[in-house]
Amino acid sequence: MQASLDEIISRYKAGSREALLPLLQDIQTEYGYLNEEAILKVGQHIKLPSSKVYGIATFYDQFRFVPKGKFHIKVCRGTSCHMHGSSVILREVERVLNLKEGNTTRDGRFSLEAVSCMGACGSAPVMNVNGEFKTAISIQDISQIIDHYRSTI
Amino acid sequence: MDEKQFLIEKVLASKADLKQRDVADFLALIRHDTVTQPVVYIGSGTCGKVAGADGTFKAVTRYLEEKNIKAEIIQVGCIGLCSYEPIVDIQLPGKARISFRNITHEVVEPLLDDIFNSEVPFEHILGQFNNTRHNRWDNVPIIDELPFFKFQYRVVLANCGISNPDSIADYIARGGYQTYLKCIRNYTGEKICTVVDQSGLRGRGGGGYLTGEKWMMAHNSVSDQKYLVCNAAESDPGAFMDRAVIEGDPHLLLEGIAIAAYAVGATKAYIYVMDEYSQAYFMLNQAISQLKEYGFLGYNIFDSGIDLKITLVKGPGAFVCGEETALINSIEGKRGMPRPKPPYPAIEGLFGKPTVINNVETLANIPFILRHGPLHFNEIGVHEARGTKVFAISGKAMITGLVEVPMGTKIKDIIFKIAGGVKDGKDFKAVQIGGPSGSCLPASQLDLQVGYESLWNEGAIIGSGGMIVMDEDTCMVDIAKFFMNFLQKESCGKCIPCREGTRRIHEILENITRRPTGESGFEVLERFKGIMQLADLSEVIRDTSLCGLGQTAPNPLLSAMKWFREEFEEHVFDRKCRAGVCKELRLFYIDVDNCIGCVACLRKCPSNAIVGQPRQPHFIIEEKCIGCGICFDVCKFVAVKLR
Repeated sequence: MQASLDEIISRYKAGSREALLPLLQDIQTEYGYLNEEAILKVGQHIKLPSSKVYGIATFYDQFRFVPKGKFHIKVCRGTSCHMHGSSVILREVERVLNLKEGNTTRDGRFSLEAVSCMGACGSAPVMNVNGEFKTAISIQDISQIIDHYRSTI
Repeated sequence: MDEKQFLIEKVLASKADLKQRDVADFLALIRHDTVTQPVVYIGSGTCGKVAGADGTFKAVTRYLEEKNIKAEIIQVGCIGLCSYEPIVDIQLPGKARISFRNITHEVVEPLLDDIFNSEVPFEHILGQFNNTRHNRWDNVPIIDELPFFKFQYRVVLANCGISNPDSIADYIARGGYQTYLKCIRNYTGEKICTVVDQSGLRGRGGGGYLTGEKWMMAHNSVSDQKYLVCNAAESDPGAFMDRAVIEGDPHLLLEGIAIAAYAVGATKAYIYVMDEYSQAYFMLNQAISQLKEYGFLGYNIFDSGIDLKITLVKGPGAFVCGEETALINSIEGKRGMPRPKPPYPAIEGLFGKPTVINNVETLANIPFILRHGPLHFNEIGVHEARGTKVFAISGKAMITGLVEVPMGTKIKDIIFKIAGGVKDGKDFKAVQIGGPSGSCLPASQLDLQVGYESLWNEGAIIGSGGMIVMDEDTCMVDIAKFFMNFLQKESCGKCIPCREGTRRIHEILENITRRPTGESGFEVLERFKGIMQLADLSEVIRDTSLCGLGQTAPNPLLSAMKWFREEFEEHVFDRKCRAGVCKELRLFYIDVDNCIGCVACLRKCPSNAIVGQPRQPHFIIEEKCIGCGICFDVCKFVAVKLR
């Protein structure tokens, strides 16, 4: 059961500024992204203009404003992965999915994100699909990996 | 008497003589130094999980169930050998604990078959632990004598990957929290600040400020409320020591926090953890609830009149939040932008109150200093830098992982003696130290000792301790471009020179690595103008930015230009990348003598830049070629060549 927006908001004290980020995080954990309604309601609750709430939310990398795909792909762009060719891997994933980094496909199946470091520098380059790690991938593996997820829907 | 009761009433109340035989035996049992049934340890830090530790865990559980063997499974943190994960240790009653590497789920069954028959499968062997209580295995090396461990001095990582991070009892049985109780019973806050000051401990997060001095400043400022903040916002790509400490030994950090909070007079402590570190967050959460159970948190702790509350804060992901004032803003629910200093946080920090902010590694050193005294700590390391430093080695090193060495160790020794040099027999080219705003050092600088001033004098920083080894296949211009891109994205936007300047630098570097064909005269002029301005621009950014991010932002570029000028000039004048990394600078041609016209490259070319008929030599149209190198990879006849 999904907790309703009001329910999540009511967990936090009204007008308390330091509750802003944890509140936004909770909403994102529940819904996967922040929509317009959430930003407006949070603004009312914290007693802060919604423009400011939106400004703060966009400042941080964690917050998303479009829903995640059914399969959320993260490509690591840390230094170690970069040295092992992650820029080519990212480009290949973009090409195979016909999707730019930071977006979700129109059918809502895949979303793609480049993250700064997943801390798996020993097994570079790394990619993560819905929490499942793919280590030491090469450009040839990409279409196979994605086809695998395509066929599971 | 059960475990918890025994620890609280006897050990923590210092009523038991720890040297007495039955007490020592009981503690050894809690620590798993002696075991009554087989114990399987699985390295389940994030690095282990990435390598497949979850699969290993399932396979081990299934094996034990099927064979009906009674054994305990303990998930431990990272011992530091990330490239050997998943690591599995096995301890049979009476036998020494023995460690195996690369145990993915497929090899679990043969491994356990062998070991339960008291045979050693040598292909996966790592070593055995040294323990006087046990019989050693024959012909198995001692783990402390492996080159990787031999040259290390482990203070912070001492128990990572060895002790059970899920159990507070294990930590107490190893002497944990007794130092904290000694502090609150016998020492004043001022005394602790002095001890830390005498030890010479300096901030491990990059700034290198004397920890004791910082504490004293906060201790001396008068306020009704003080705060302690632990900075675990580790977001440098290539640094993961804080995470390893939290996952492998969370109570060590919490003890450090508790002591620090008492020393400065703070009753509330915050731990600011990166959102990506979900496992670290979970471990801390669990450890904090265990602390509550044992009575270390709350009001009037152990009848000392001291209160402490620890709150976990999830950092929503911004590199700049590693800066202490930006971190304060982030906890307050604002944008993570730095504030001007002074006033220093120790005078006016979180919610306007005196606040001490320390890095995870700094705080994890505290219990050691207070347990063994400042002089013991002072003996480790060199004059300007005392103690040890953890480095995260990644990139093209033979062994990637975490090493902890005394300050003053030569960089050369860390890379070649401990990490085993460069992998695949390639030549060493450079090492990048200090995270994105650190520097690249060439082979000629490897005799430098790690420390604060020794590196600053060479334009490098110790930073948080990332150490990325690069081999001959790495292009230094590309690396500089990569870091500038990272800093450009992560600049918070408060200071214009940093916000705009890093972006300009990145653009200039993009221009240098742009495809040379079809460039107009104006573009060439712009490109050279940019190059001429690089040094000045860097200086402006360094001099006019508020926080450490901006002040050190030009470092990767400046150091690469200083040590690898030749390579830059090659890119600029010859339009060539010797490592072949800058794809747009790669110009391919087909050697007509070798090409048999198999059309393999023609079919694969994504930009239709290759023309030709079957069984006739092909030709690459340079204007259409994007330099991806697919033709180079598919050609079986070595006909595609790099110009």
